[in-house]
Amino acid sequence: MSGRDRILGRVRRALADVADDGTPYERVVDRGYLRQHGERTAGQTVDLLAENLADYRALVHRCAEGELPHLLARLLAERGSRRVLVPPGLPPHWLTAAALPLVHDRAASTPRELDEVDSVVTGCAVAVAETGTLVLDGSPDQGRRRITLVPDHHICVVRVPGQVVSSVPQALERLAPARPLTWISGPSATSDIELDRVEGVHGPRTLEVVLVSGG
Amino acid sequence: MSGGTFVGMPAFPEAAHAAVGDRTLRANLRHATHTIRDKRAKAVAELADWAELREAGKRIKDHTLRHLDRYLVQLEESVVRAGGTVHWAVDADEANRIVADLVKATGEREVVKVKSMATQEIGLNEALEAEGIHAYETDLAELIVQLGEDRPSHILVPAIHRNRGEIRDIFREKMGSWGRPAPEGLTDVPAELAEAARLHLREKFLRAKVGVSGANFMVAETGTLVVVESEGNGRMCLTLPETLISVVGIEKVVPAWRDLEVFLQTLPRSSTAERMNPYTSMWTGTTDQDGPSAFHLVLLDNGRTDTLADEVGRQALRCIRCSACLNVCPVYERAGGHAYGSVYPGPIGAILSPQLRGTRSEIDASLPYASSLCGACYEVCPVAIDIPEVLVHLRERVVQGGEVTRRGVKVTLKPAKGHAAERAAMRAAGLAFARPGVLRLGQRLASRTRRLHPRTLPGPGRAWSATRDLPKVPAEPFRDWWQRTHGTATEGDGE
Repeated sequence: MSGRDRILGRVRRALADVADDGTPYERVVDRGYLRQHGERTAGQTVDLLAENLADYRALVHRCAEGELPHLLARLLAERGSRRVLVPPGLPPHWLTAAALPLVHDRAASTPRELDEVDSVVTGCAVAVAETGTLVLDGSPDQGRRRITLVPDHHICVVRVPGQVVSSVPQALERLAPARPLTWISGPSATSDIELDRVEGVHGPRTLEVVLVSGG
Repeated sequence: MSGGTFVGMPAFPEAAHAAVGDRTLRANLRHATHTIRDKRAKAVAELADWAELREAGKRIKDHTLRHLDRYLVQLEESVVRAGGTVHWAVDADEANRIVADLVKATGEREVVKVKSMATQEIGLNEALEAEGIHAYETDLAELIVQLGEDRPSHILVPAIHRNRGEIRDIFREKMGSWGRPAPEGLTDVPAELAEAARLHLREKFLRAKVGVSGANFMVAETGTLVVVESEGNGRMCLTLPETLISVVGIEKVVPAWRDLEVFLQTLPRSSTAERMNPYTSMWTGTTDQDGPSAFHLVLLDNGRTDTLADEVGRQALRCIRCSACLNVCPVYERAGGHAYGSVYPGPIGAILSPQLRGTRSEIDASLPYASSLCGACYEVCPVAIDIPEVLVHLRERVVQGGEVTRRGVKVTLKPAKGHAAERAAMRAAGLAFARPGVLRLGQRLASRTRRLHPRTLPGPGRAWSATRDLPKVPAEPFRDWWQRTHGTATEGDGE
């Protein structure tokens, strides 16, 4: 008998004496919990996002659409970045002001090559205000998962208020499960030394978030 | 059952006795558990609907367990449709063999690992080593444990028993023999220690061809797996290698995508006391040119279906491994994780290990007693596992024996030997309470001989009374006092 048959057989025998009241899945769980915590205007939701991002040590910047290229150029210059990695579908005008060689992610790019770039700039799929979370879904302006992982400096651009939701339940509604998803809340951190949070282990140690309005 | 049991482990009382004598260990544990306790309470208080989320989590899990066969089959279909391969492992040996064969088929001799309770439970690293395959732990705490040739002592923070000074010493002494040595002049500043781990492991991540993980959740409807982590080592292992092998307990399945909205709110706040952990990865099968091109899911039973067969004990399978119960437990705080003799320490371990492994060994038979039944664990549990209820149930099982399921077969357990005196005492008490005349006689006799009572118990009771004062027997039994002072008017004829 295969492992599959044995396990399924054991499950069925274990449950043999449990009555099934026939309640369908949809009615089993009371979804009476909140869809979001507190009432806020769109502007207040964006403020909460900024606050919670900063609380987990992300560096938050805000600008209007037209100012984005100059802001990005300044952030990269302040960081001293010489090589900037970009996903295939990053809006080309975002980096026009930064006079830097762009490294385009290719299927053949090895992790080692990615390790040699200084920064990566991406968009995002959705941002969650209550938790200070950015979600990437591998869309063309975000690229493959590895490009926001290996470089030590990640700049993520969020269009506000359009890409911002209040809560985790609202974020899940917007996301497509079949896509590879990465939820990012602040820079890489660990609580492994005396249960104290220390920022900066394997992922990017510096996370900068640009909230762009008018997008 | 192979794997998971720490061979030759003494029963909990002996192991705990040694641990409470270790002052460094007690100080480390006290500091860490108290810090996280307060933070957790604050993180939970931020959500006004915590009670509703907790209830929803419990119901989702109970419903899934009730229909586990159906959801596992659905999960398998979804994962296969998304390009993954599903394997089923009845026990630890089978799971280890499946993983070793998959690694060998790639031609690789090393794997990078994300922290995973399931692979700890089955002793995967040791099994791979026996096949000539090196498994590198990449979670900081797991790395500390692996380099220190130590055992994990906490679900979330396996090296919680180590303070920063000890961690620095381990890194200085051991990193060199596993790969890149610790930087010169490494101090015990946590940020420096984290940096040392980053440098040491980066080389391994960049060259890794095979990653091994567990998962926090598996969604039957979509085939999506979820790993919740902090450091980014999880993302490294899940996305850089060409082959990904995930070993996951069958109880980790949830029916629908939407169910994640409950657990992604309750898990981070319960475990690290954060609104959200730094990184959560979700993947569904394989994605063209993004991440591993081969994905294998190994579904693990290893005692879970036996646990499912126990109508009181099965609630332990709701556990989402947050470790909040460890952090509030007065017994865990003093005894430490090693005394539990299992990769699952603390209150949840005390009910999970004896069910997954059976109560035949001394340590497993003693675990249901590793608790004062104060109930703090139940209060903080985000899926409302009534740990005290299961503990009492398992104590009864140990003392009285009875029918249990082991490896899918119903067997009758004999009462444990060590509890003969307890059973005799309980039988005598039952007899006396059922016959008031006998009870009265006994009480009067006890009162009249009270001057002769020893201060400690003789024989097998000595250990119990070594740390406790025996209750003083009153000069007059309550019933006699009542009879004398209120007697005739209210009590009628007495009995």
